[in-house]
Amino acid sequence: MWELILRFLGDYTVRNVLLGTAWIGVVSGMVGSLALLRRQSLLGDVLSHATLPGVVLAFLLWRQRDMGLLMTGAAVAGLLAALLIFVVDVNTRIPRDGAMGLTLALFFGLGLFLLSRVQNLPSARKAGLDKLIFGQAAALVESDIIALVVAGLPVLLVMLLFWKELKVVTFDPLFAGTLGLPVRWLELLILVLIVVTTVIGLQAVGVVLMSAMLIAPAAAARQWTDRMSHMVLIASLVGAASGTVGAVISSIGPHISTGPVVVLALTVFVIGSLLFGARRGLVWRWLAQWRRRARFRTELVLEAMYELWMHHDDKSHGHAARVIQLTTGQRGNTQSALESLSAEGLVQRLPNNSWILTEGGVSAVRTRRNRRNASDERA
Amino acid sequence: MSALEAEILMTAVTVGAACALPGVFLVLRRLSMLTDAISHTILLGIVLAFLVVEQYGHPLLVIGASAVGVLTVFLIELVKRTGLVKEDAAIGITFPALFSLGVLLIALFARNAHLDEHMVFQGDLVYSVFERLEIAGVTLGPLTLWKMLGVLVLNLVLLLLFYRELKITTFDPALATSLGISASLVHYGLIAMTSFTAVGAFDSVGSILVIGFMIIPPVTARLLTDRLAWTISLSVVLGAVGAMLGFFLAAETEASIGGAMALVMGVLFLLALIGAPRKGIVAGWLRRRQQRTEFAVRMLVIHLWHHRDVGDRAEENRRDHLHAHLGWSVDFGERIVRLTRNRRLLELRDDAWMVLTERGREYARRILAA
Repeated sequence: MWELILRFLGDYTVRNVLLGTAWIGVVSGMVGSLALLRRQSLLGDVLSHATLPGVVLAFLLWRQRDMGLLMTGAAVAGLLAALLIFVVDVNTRIPRDGAMGLTLALFFGLGLFLLSRVQNLPSARKAGLDKLIFGQAAALVESDIIALVVAGLPVLLVMLLFWKELKVVTFDPLFAGTLGLPVRWLELLILVLIVVTTVIGLQAVGVVLMSAMLIAPAAAARQWTDRMSHMVLIASLVGAASGTVGAVISSIGPHISTGPVVVLALTVFVIGSLLFGARRGLVWRWLAQWRRRARFRTELVLEAMYELWMHHDDKSHGHAARVIQLTTGQRGNTQSALESLSAEGLVQRLPNNSWILTEGGVSAVRTRRNRRNASDERA
Repeated sequence: MSALEAEILMTAVTVGAACALPGVFLVLRRLSMLTDAISHTILLGIVLAFLVVEQYGHPLLVIGASAVGVLTVFLIELVKRTGLVKEDAAIGITFPALFSLGVLLIALFARNAHLDEHMVFQGDLVYSVFERLEIAGVTLGPLTLWKMLGVLVLNLVLLLLFYRELKITTFDPALATSLGISASLVHYGLIAMTSFTAVGAFDSVGSILVIGFMIIPPVTARLLTDRLAWTISLSVVLGAVGAMLGFFLAAETEASIGGAMALVMGVLFLLALIGAPRKGIVAGWLRRRQQRTEFAVRMLVIHLWHHRDVGDRAEENRRDHLHAHLGWSVDFGERIVRLTRNRRLLELRDDAWMVLTERGREYARRILAA
């Protein structure tokens, strides 16, 4: 087993692919955290679709599949798309999401138009441009990895250098303005970071699904912490893990694109985080709700038994569970409530399978009623 | 133009018109990015339905696939309701997951079965018209064309039937509630209509581009008119015209028809953005320039009015000192002086000093009284 894994990792191609996808995951996890907190998740979606015409045009201009050139083309197209959204936003009353939707469609349509033209060229098939739509991590070669690192390192450096500024602008742009920070420029910087990150992921994840690589790791990480620094770290780890999982699984079958596998791996992380996230997780919420409900029911049962005890002349008379349930006016099983009350020593089961309030039970209800009356009077 | 080309063109135009109808309300209700989500996830619906029915173009396929569109919106709502992520993130993590599932299922189970990754993002109008509708042995033309005509008619009928409900829930949800119109019913009805249309258009233009046909024509129409009825009519026309021009562009360049259609609609939008009569960028720029000029004329008149007592030949009234007093550039000042003089609001003495005419003084009094 270990021998197999070691041989797998020793393989030159596999190592490249794993390194590349993990690196993409790290960068997009970090930048995606910014996008998520700034509620720009869908901007990433628009920009990633919009890079397609840039890639194809770059190929048409230089006629070679050079990662650096293709990435430059993609980045230019992404920035132009952002510019179009901005121009529409400033000059018209079209809602922002409409501006985003139309930009996405316009650029993606142009990309498909150009792509179908390029595919008539003999050199294009080899270039594998259509692999850029859903991603093909297996096609990553060493020069691609170098290009990815060259493009990604500045992103990480910028985030480290301007960490404090980016944080302030993200959480409170107005406050950032009063501090004298160049808010406009910082927002532009974040936009550039998002575009560059999108471009880095094209080869491995593809234009259609790269947005998920930005959003999902950040959304998962957000569930585990309230600190932005921790969030960025966790998001990078989730991104890297999903990237490598996607690369490994997609390498098994010849027809499986990397992008969809990466996204499904991410989805598992997101669902897990939503369910089990620290404190806020849905499972903890459901458990707490269930406990509250159970507690409420036992209290109703206790109250009902007190009423029965008060109105019955024979204080040692037991009541059937069914009678108690009718007295509570609630549907559902009182049995479990009675058993938990009996474990607390507040009620007691008689040999004829009926239930009676113990002395402790009577005083428990009285204490509680007194306390409630006192607080009502205070109010 | 051959009969085949004519059929392709008619199909393209029908797709363009049919998509624009629900699109108007999607844009007005700010559901554009939700449309993006639906346009991706109907793929999963189509694959699932295909795997169950194992036949392309089966009616069940259409209904099953549309259901996934509605399910998408429901899931997004569910994720949003947890309060753990914001709405944009809820959309952004839900639809890639469903879409990826669809792409993987194609790769694993449905390869070479009329469904492949190529179809996903651009469909194939040329191929789609080869399938013919046959009733009782009589061939009635391409199945896709009939299907899209059906979708178009259905959309029109639904729109006419529920025009009032759609309009009120879109523009005044509170009024809708007080009138007893269920906003969520209308919402999910519109979503169902959108999904159904997207599924119908799938084999012609693929999955993702549908968002363009739904969003771009209505947004363009909004730049040209404010009235709802006009927006709807214009959107349909723009969708049809965009599709037609796109077809010719694609035929001319041997490119993907769907891509060319989206591209042409996008270009039509850019033209409207720049040149729309009242809301275009040029119109806005001209209006601002006009307002600046009018304001400057008023300022000049008031300036001269204030200094009417210092004598006709005071510093303040000198034409070449104007920029210093009002903070204008020399050129701008000259232009305003010329304009004001042309309107006979001021006279020039020795070509250097400005004096208000009777008309100018009257104008100044009126401004100051207002």
